[in-house]
Amino acid sequence: MCKAQISIRGLTHIYHPGRPGERIALQDINGDICQGELLAIIGPNGSGKSTLARHFNALLLPTRGTVTVDGLSTTDPANRWEIRCRVGMVLQNPDNQLVASVVEEDVAFGPENLGLPPEEVRRRVDRALALVGLGEQRLRPPHLLSGGQKQRLAIAGALAMKPSCLVLDEPTAMLDPAGRREVLQTLLGLNREEGLTVVLVTHFMEEAVLADRVWVLSGGRLVLEGTPAQVFSQREGMQKIGLALPGPAELAWRLRSSGWPVPDGILTLDDLVACLAGLLSETGWGRRQ
Amino acid sequence: MLSGITLGQYVPGRSFIHRLDPRTKILACAMLILAVLVCNRPAGYAILTLGTLLALGGAGTSPRLVMSVLRPFWIILTLTLVLQLFFTPGLALFALGPLHVTREGLVLGGQILWRLTLLIIFSSLLTLTTSPLMLTAALESLLKPLKRLGVPAFDLAMMMTIALRFIPTLLQEAQQIIKAQQSRGAVFSRGGLTRRVRGLVPLLVPLFAGAFRRAEELATAMEIRCYRVGANRTRMHQLRYSRRDYIVLVGAGAVLAATFALRWWG
Repeated sequence: MCKAQISIRGLTHIYHPGRPGERIALQDINGDICQGELLAIIGPNGSGKSTLARHFNALLLPTRGTVTVDGLSTTDPANRWEIRCRVGMVLQNPDNQLVASVVEEDVAFGPENLGLPPEEVRRRVDRALALVGLGEQRLRPPHLLSGGQKQRLAIAGALAMKPSCLVLDEPTAMLDPAGRREVLQTLLGLNREEGLTVVLVTHFMEEAVLADRVWVLSGGRLVLEGTPAQVFSQREGMQKIGLALPGPAELAWRLRSSGWPVPDGILTLDDLVACLAGLLSETGWGRRQ
Repeated sequence: MLSGITLGQYVPGRSFIHRLDPRTKILACAMLILAVLVCNRPAGYAILTLGTLLALGGAGTSPRLVMSVLRPFWIILTLTLVLQLFFTPGLALFALGPLHVTREGLVLGGQILWRLTLLIIFSSLLTLTTSPLMLTAALESLLKPLKRLGVPAFDLAMMMTIALRFIPTLLQEAQQIIKAQQSRGAVFSRGGLTRRVRGLVPLLVPLFAGAFRRAEELATAMEIRCYRVGANRTRMHQLRYSRRDYIVLVGAGAVLAATFALRWWG
């Protein structure tokens, strides 16, 4: 049912092997990322989320094990640039990943590096800017954009390479709530409408809820995986590694444990409100006024 | 403290000069500067002055803007004139105390003053009418033939582009650091010179540390987008010469030829 786009087999990554400061960042990770899915990777600080993400486009290479993208191994230097084209990446700080002082010039940077003809670069830039909704800002300097706009610009820069997979390393960590919503809406749109595979590394549980599947990392190991409903039903397991449930799921759990007939699998505020409204009208509380 | 710093002095516009290819402007500017340097005849100065007036008109520059461009240089301009007036030996015209103003001094001083003024105007016209980004693109294109000699044209242009991109960001960061330090009692604008210089240390250290961190992340971001040193990049915006550019290049070439001719055969 799942066509694997990125396959990870026995991946172990050790920083500075055999030298002082040696540290095992990832240990024996196995898994497949499916074409067209939205995968969230969560975990506490230092659990290896970013290290894992950087293996997907050959920024880091496995110490042991393999990572393949569409069957191309990241360890083969000949594949490196092809893999970078297929797997686009967006980093956390939008200010440090924009290279040009005009929006459209920045989006053009990737395709220009590929040596594409100017007309093709133009087409890709226009399309990428339209996809993230920045068409009207195309001649502005990036430092005058809002945080959310800057991060969407970084996404456009990745999209101009025409990737089939987009990896985002905590793209919303430095944004305000409005900027975070903008970026998430853009990502959901790209995933649902353009069929782009999206890998979202995040420490916001509310963002993980939007994913098709969730991987939970702890201490460099993949400790939990499944749909958001499956993962967030493991309240104790999550707490043991220092992760909290999303707010609505936590509230639902507390109501359930104090005797209210709240069902499993409540993750979003909308689910919770619908459930509680149903309960209240059943018990007649809603009709008091 | 830092808000007064603007990047370059580009004034956007749609004038004849604005719409020239940036390469044309650089080449024409170079030719005219060379012409100013070899010029030594009144006829030559007349041609150059005419050319300057044409260029100023073509750029739609107001006399006030020209004056404001020249203002920062007034000390050096006056000083050159005065030194030439009094210290050139020759036929004395009149005396101020022990100092004699000579005829040769007047001529030479006037010439040098006018030369400097023209040089300032030409180079300012270039930066007033061309955005830094276009200047970078033009330099890259002009240096491309030198690639065979080992001049890394693309990489130089990339460095300039990135510098232009990060100057506003670093200025913002500097302002933030200043505010953070001031809120903890730091004083930047009082005291003697040593105290002021020492006051800059807590500003510069975090600023440089931040810049290095940024540089590292930027390098990663560039690698993600397939940037390779020495690879053949293309450009979305292609520079193209139009008829306008040929006219200007021929005009500037003619001025240069005329001043050369006047100097050696006039």
